[in-house]
Amino acid sequence: MRIEVDIRKTLRSNKREFSLDVQFTCEDDKNVVFGPSGAGKSITLRAIAGLETPDSGRIAVAGKVLFDSSLGINVPARERSVAYLFQDYALFPHLTVVDNIGFGLKQWWQRRLPPEVMRRVDELLELFELRGLGRAYPWELSGGQRQRVALARALIQHPEVLLLDEPFAALDPLLRERMREELLKTRSLFNVPMLVITHDPDDVALLAESLVVLDHGKVGQTVDLKGAPYRDEQGRVNDRTIHALLTAESPDKVPPARPPIRAVK
Amino acid sequence: MPLMLTLKVAAWATLLATVAGVLIAYALVRLRFPGREVLDAMMTLPMVMPPTVLGYYLLVLVGRRGPIGGWLEANFGITLIFTWQGAVIAAAVVALPLVYKGARAALEGVERQFEQAARVLGKSEFSVFLQVTLPLAWRGILAGAMLAFARAMGEFGATLMVAGSLPGRTQTLSIAVYEAVQAGKDDVANFLVIVTSVVCIAILLASGRLLRPVRVA
Repeated sequence: MRIEVDIRKTLRSNKREFSLDVQFTCEDDKNVVFGPSGAGKSITLRAIAGLETPDSGRIAVAGKVLFDSSLGINVPARERSVAYLFQDYALFPHLTVVDNIGFGLKQWWQRRLPPEVMRRVDELLELFELRGLGRAYPWELSGGQRQRVALARALIQHPEVLLLDEPFAALDPLLRERMREELLKTRSLFNVPMLVITHDPDDVALLAESLVVLDHGKVGQTVDLKGAPYRDEQGRVNDRTIHALLTAESPDKVPPARPPIRAVK
Repeated sequence: MPLMLTLKVAAWATLLATVAGVLIAYALVRLRFPGREVLDAMMTLPMVMPPTVLGYYLLVLVGRRGPIGGWLEANFGITLIFTWQGAVIAAAVVALPLVYKGARAALEGVERQFEQAARVLGKSEFSVFLQVTLPLAWRGILAGAMLAFARAMGEFGATLMVAGSLPGRTQTLSIAVYEAVQAGKDDVANFLVIVTSVVCIAILLASGRLLRPVRVA
């Protein structure tokens, strides 16, 4: 699986101007885009999902071109078969957990979920430890449960890639660690590649095989973090690497233990 | 019976005003097109213009020699003037701003994120509207529709201009009250006034209930 991003977009609001000019390619199962707020992470992720249209460039996921300004291609969000996990999950407040999970597979003329969808939803309720909560509404759930419902709703459609926007920012720190582990388990269970955007170094430590560092709308560097020099005994990205990432005055000054395997184009 | 006629006219007028009001509000909230502000102002106009002036405009438009009225008569043999259908048109136009305002506020209150979530989950724009936007905005829309119904029930000026006051055919409650007072039939007037007041108060209470905030988070 390959995610290719090469996009430009200029945003203007009042007198301020922000330009995004981002190129990267990820081929791993676990990819993280890391950068401070305002670096352009969100727009990049939204552009991949089709929620934002770049001024120019090209986006391809799993060999399918989703956007190519020179060819005039702009696949609408509904046909991109990507899953998008919103920061606060965006569960539909008017629907129960069951109807939220089955939402994508129910047509507007159907009054209730078709039986085969219902069976699949039941399986997912079991899998995500949401048994007994099927009839609950989103506001009755805890933060962790909400995230599980959002994941189930996204994964029921077998997406090509799972895009996550700061997935743990809305959770309290104690829960974060557990939900990271859960996310990893879920990801390998569904065998779906993921791309996480975050400003939290702990997310990098646990979730990144491939890392894209973003700052001021540009890619600082792309690092393959799978290699031993970057990892500790538990397989996490080691503290030295994270420290280097955080203390560098600009991300391209991060001293890689080895030259980055994939350099910026 | 003026009460039944009034309810019939008000119900049809509310239906018309609701469909038109919601669609226009949705277009104005979600689309950017030239003339947005003008359309927005025009939707509010019936609220501030004297009903008789509004009725006069309608007469010019849907009257036998008017562009719409003439076309309807030439092609379908339909005449709206001095019919209950004409009263429906008049009441709908007067009630339209109420639905429009309510629907617009309700639609603006729907977070874009829910619609975007639905799009990423594979929904067409039509499905997004039916399965997400409308269900999240229905309380505000319904409250607007109820106010519109109350307004349509009480419509006087524009209705009188367009449909006149033909007892049993176009004489609605509020017009019947006027006629009863003019003719010195105080008992009839009293009865009609009480009926109208009760219905209007009930509607206001119900729409106030609908607009009360519900627990979301």
